[in-house]
Amino acid sequence: MALPVYATPLERLWRWVYLAICALVFLFLIAPILIIIPLSFNAEPYFTFTEKMLRLDPEGYSLRWYDTLLTMGMAAPDAPRDAAWWSDSWRNAAWVNAAKNSLIIGFFATILATCLGTLAALGLARPEMPYRRTIMAILISPMIVPIIITATGLFFFYSMTGLANSYLGIILAHATLGIPFVIITVTATLVGFDQSLNRAALSLGASPTRAFFKVTMPLIMPGVISGALFAFVTSFDEVVVVLFVAAHDQQTIPRQMWNGIREQISPAILAVATILVVISIALLTVLELLRRRSERLRGLSPG
Amino acid sequence: MNAGRGDEAFVAFEHVQKSYDGETLVVKDLNLDIGRGEFLTMLGPSGSGKTTCLMMLAGFETATHGEIRLAGRPINSVPPEKRGIGMVFQNYALFPHMTVGENLAFPLEVRKLGRAEIEAKVKRALDMVQMGAFAARRPAQLSGGQQQRIALARALVFEPELVLMDEPLGALDKQLREHMQFEIRRLHERLGVTVVYVTHDQGEALTMSDRVAVFNDGRIQQLAPPEELYERPENRFVASFIGENNTLEGVVETISGGACTVRLATGEILDAAPVNVTRPGERTTVSIRPERVEFKPENIPPGVHTVEAEVLEFIYMGDVFRTRMRVAGNDNFVMKCRNSVGQRKLEPGERVPIGWAPHDARALDPL
Repeated sequence: MALPVYATPLERLWRWVYLAICALVFLFLIAPILIIIPLSFNAEPYFTFTEKMLRLDPEGYSLRWYDTLLTMGMAAPDAPRDAAWWSDSWRNAAWVNAAKNSLIIGFFATILATCLGTLAALGLARPEMPYRRTIMAILISPMIVPIIITATGLFFFYSMTGLANSYLGIILAHATLGIPFVIITVTATLVGFDQSLNRAALSLGASPTRAFFKVTMPLIMPGVISGALFAFVTSFDEVVVVLFVAAHDQQTIPRQMWNGIREQISPAILAVATILVVISIALLTVLELLRRRSERLRGLSPG
Repeated sequence: MNAGRGDEAFVAFEHVQKSYDGETLVVKDLNLDIGRGEFLTMLGPSGSGKTTCLMMLAGFETATHGEIRLAGRPINSVPPEKRGIGMVFQNYALFPHMTVGENLAFPLEVRKLGRAEIEAKVKRALDMVQMGAFAARRPAQLSGGQQQRIALARALVFEPELVLMDEPLGALDKQLREHMQFEIRRLHERLGVTVVYVTHDQGEALTMSDRVAVFNDGRIQQLAPPEELYERPENRFVASFIGENNTLEGVVETISGGACTVRLATGEILDAAPVNVTRPGERTTVSIRPERVEFKPENIPPGVHTVEAEVLEFIYMGDVFRTRMRVAGNDNFVMKCRNSVGQRKLEPGERVPIGWAPHDARALDPL
């Protein structure tokens, strides 16, 4: 990005201004996320930086809010931390239960969304498929329709069919929200997929099923996995549908945060947020690695 | 090598038609018998239906009407994976996520062969295309020509009796293409497999095939060995598609036995061999190969009609001289003479009488 030697002083000045603007935009996007990380280590129950924290005094920092995540809702939080304490936490702590719920719902919703979304994308990629655009638009709609509308619709529908207040209901609802992401990522992978590979597999004697699992599947896997990650994240931070569809005792992490904000404002939420940010970064890293792998594979396939 | 009709035919197309939209026929009433061990090329411009025919034979397209038989067995309702036909694709279609060895082992694993047998066959197939050292490579690490060899080896490794090739050399440069033509031809001779080869390159078709089927507009225009195709084209399309060709329009004047005379629009009379004309008064197109045109009086057969030609352009091409002349109002009449010792170079503006042996001028269907 070096400037050419013939750049005028004005161009040089503009370059610095331009870089400054870029930095500001970046800061604008990332600052709200970064600021919660130090705050989650606050020793006081406030959402602000205390004087001790600003002086970088170790006493101003603590892990108490992370500890709260484990202890809140326990039968005997002050007991010695032995196996019984941990099992108490595992069974009774509100945040631990919320995490368990979120993971279970996210896992099954992801599996469902990935299978259905991949199948849909494969079907939509076939040239003989009629009304492809219309069907695609309908399948993508959960991503475009405001979530509150989807949630209301699901609430009424599930109430009538008895799916409301059940795990199955939430899983189905979250799968609905995740499917568009899977369809989009798998469709994108299929664009670069050479259909003659499939024909080659058939001509070599492989049954259509075998051709799919041995040739098509490995090559579209990066798209399937990144779609699955998107679907999981969608389910993992979804709160509106859960508020509508889930029973009172079915807390997920986002719902627990929502309750936390409404009922008792405590930096425990910031601790959860920090953990979620770390998990998100890990997921993004996985995505990027997959993208590179798929690019390498795609570069491999001849013109 | 001519395949007889009936029982001997290894592959038979009978009244095959194909339409994609239910209205226009891409392939119109195709009848074609291919003998066992034959190298047959389907040649034609794009959109002529040749690739569709190949895809129907491979099983990736279904015939709208008619029957295709392989070794006497109708295969219309046999899925591609059960036909046991090897195929080389235009873009090679090597599996990018497998090594070369795994690519070759794929058809053998499908057939549930033992591990040792698979290894032996893969090795033999790779040696056959001189790629023995490349088993552990990925397709992307190979050059175009090497990928082509692997694709060839993969289509042959499970020992099919019939191998289809869909413009397999299209992506290679000229030199490599000529080399691969030779290799494919050599493999065909050594293994004795039946090959159906699709190309739009007439040179490739002429050098490699036992017989060539020239396709145009969904029909076979002519099915003949290369020599016959070049020397004795049966219609205008074949004459103009294969090699270079001069055409003169006229009307049949007299016709008797194997000879006829044609009066051109400008009044000259030519001798020709009647192909698609039967009686005097019919309109016709006379086609003559540039290398069969003679201008030296001693080379023109005695007793034939000659036409006056005006030299427009003389091009020195090394081994041949190419002379563009005006003959009976046609400005693109080309004569090719060998650059032999003492060959005369014609000057633009010069007027010479030209002639040819009557059987070299073929009176074909009119425009």
